Amino acid sequence: MLAAIHLTELYKQFWPSTVDGVTTGAIYALVALGYTLVYGVLRLINFAHSEVFMLGTVGSLVGAAAVGLGSRDPARTGLALIGTFLVCLVFSMAFSGGAAVILERLAYRPLRKRGASRLAALISAIGASLFLQELFAQTRIHLGPLNVKLLSRNDHFLHNLIKPSKIFTLPQGAIVSVDKVVVVVASVIMMVALDRFVGTSRLGRGIRAVAQDAETATLMGVNIDRVVSLTFLLGGLMAGAAGLLFMVKIQQTRYDVGFILGIKAFTAAVLGGIGNLRGALVGGFALGLIEIYGASVFGAQWLNVVAFVALVVVLMFRPTGLLGEALMKARA
Amino acid sequence: MGHRRHRFSVVMLVGSLALIAAACGKSTSTTNTTGAGGCPSGLTIGFFGALTGNNSPQLGINEANGTQLAISQFNTAHPNCHITYKAFDSQGDPAQAPQLAQNAVGDAKVVAIVGPAFSGESKVADPIFDAGGIPIITASATNPALASNGWTIFHRAVANDDAQAPAIARFVTSKLNAKKVAVVDDASAYGKGLADIVRTQLMTASVSVTSPGSIDKSHNYPSTVNAIKAAGVDAVVYGGYYQEAGPLALQLKTAGVTAAFISGDGSLDKGFVDGATVSGAEGAYLTAPAAYALTAPEDQAFVSAYTAKFSTPPALYSGEAYDATNHFLAAILAGKYTRAAINTYVSTTSYKGLLKTYSYATNGELNGTPVILVHKVVNGMIRLVGPA
Repeated sequence: MLAAIHLTELYKQFWPSTVDGVTTGAIYALVALGYTLVYGVLRLINFAHSEVFMLGTVGSLVGAAAVGLGSRDPARTGLALIGTFLVCLVFSMAFSGGAAVILERLAYRPLRKRGASRLAALISAIGASLFLQELFAQTRIHLGPLNVKLLSRNDHFLHNLIKPSKIFTLPQGAIVSVDKVVVVVASVIMMVALDRFVGTSRLGRGIRAVAQDAETATLMGVNIDRVVSLTFLLGGLMAGAAGLLFMVKIQQTRYDVGFILGIKAFTAAVLGGIGNLRGALVGGFALGLIEIYGASVFGAQWLNVVAFVALVVVLMFRPTGLLGEALMKARA
Repeated sequence: MGHRRHRFSVVMLVGSLALIAAACGKSTSTTNTTGAGGCPSGLTIGFFGALTGNNSPQLGINEANGTQLAISQFNTAHPNCHITYKAFDSQGDPAQAPQLAQNAVGDAKVVAIVGPAFSGESKVADPIFDAGGIPIITASATNPALASNGWTIFHRAVANDDAQAPAIARFVTSKLNAKKVAVVDDASAYGKGLADIVRTQLMTASVSVTSPGSIDKSHNYPSTVNAIKAAGVDAVVYGGYYQEAGPLALQLKTAGVTAAFISGDGSLDKGFVDGATVSGAEGAYLTAPAAYALTAPEDQAFVSAYTAKFSTPPALYSGEAYDATNHFLAAILAGKYTRAAINTYVSTTSYKGLLKTYSYATNGELNGTPVILVHKVVNGMIRLVGPA
């Protein structure tokens, strides 16, 4: 069936689409940072990053249970809400960051040490991705005191982390609610913090040095292993934050939750210019908006088609993505 | 290098031996030894459907449990005739179904199948069952087209979507008085099939229909929600399964859409309420050619036996699967031990089960007037409203 084109729908849904596109785009951007960081340093596409994100969503479930937020409890308010949110954030980031570092140690470093081809690392990444998914689909952990039953193939819900109360309404009834603002603001804060860290700190300089020229960086006394670990850790922390924000907005997770989101985030990274931190930000928001505008014109089933056509068109004219991949080098 | 090559060839050798062994295993397992004073030993009734995975497996679990209960009760009552239960977990995935169906056909002890549970997997698995001659009774694959393929092994223990979809359309127009309706589906054989008939029926009834497209498994549906909101509809009809219906209903409510939410048997599960939350699911209507809960006094023996065995009460289609299994077991009790004989028995002999009397037309559809029941979610509980 050909797509029916409803250009008027784009206009009629413009404001609600924009609000939702920005919210979804913020999550894409956070996950995209992990792909782009690792690519910038190792020229490796870490396909297991989607599962690192999945672990972040699981971490927020454990965090919520740790502070005693039961599935039937109402959402907390005030300081209790902020505390709960921060605990969940710490758990998500710890789960994802830890997973990313362990992943690098077990799945990539042995290959790197033996000088294996990048293709081998890519296969290892795909293998690690499937392994993590199935591990969490097959394992059943019952955290008795926390009353969490985790990690079967079922859906796991966290409906009451932040109540999506309305703050104000834009034209066309586009509701700007607390959960959406939290998602966008928190991810922008995370991204700015990461950009500052990589751009100004000593460790960040190490990352940029290795990204530019690994050999020379070693000669200058940069410890490559530590830099690589740090890169994975940073990417993991961002994915963890994204996992929590995903739970704020979508309120449910599953062992395969990273699959679609991982592809989207990778697309966002390429769209913005892979290897480029600010490119991931631009790519994430651009992708979130393009796909929802596209879906309003062509229908929901064309959402992914529109997203990937946009990617192809951008790469035709700007093969290195919107911002190019050389920013890391230029700013070093 | 030589060492490595040697090891490789050993692996190859072991691999090919395993293949040969598997092939031999298939041909030798056809011999039937008769059990002591009863039926041939090892006779197996399979259940085929989603038991795990991301295709709303609870619907499959309900039926698998019904099948298991029927078999275990039969085995207790007939110590001389032991029937084996075998689960074929397709994960509801049409891509996995053909291989699994081949496995069932290749296992000569499998003489009957309850399932496949979903329409999409039925479309690809049923031709294989037909070629292998295994009789099937599905308790939930409701896509109408399944009955028009000339499969002699096909039987459907419930009314199809040619009954359910018009009932939904009727309910929306006459009971809810909706003038403008959005119809959404999940692009599956079942969901899109159901939604398409609803669309046609509504348009015939001169209701204005908007179709904002098919949703995926991302659980993030802002574009669909915004389109529905912009269209200002009175009702939203969703064709698909509960794992997607839940978040869709929740996101519609959160966005301030007050239109009634109606979905079919694929969404008739407590998983819908889990996904939508109690407030998001409130007031949603769910239809099915069966009842969600069995409340009649004569059903209570089944309900308590089921609850005792599985620590959860029976849910949608548990009873139908139980009846379908008992229909097969009645054939075995009548001395029909081969796939062909059981198929002939089920196709020609009517069976009075727990819920109704099952007799099948030549195309495998149930004889009799179909009844579609409407349920409503009230305070997180799925309540029966009545016939549509």
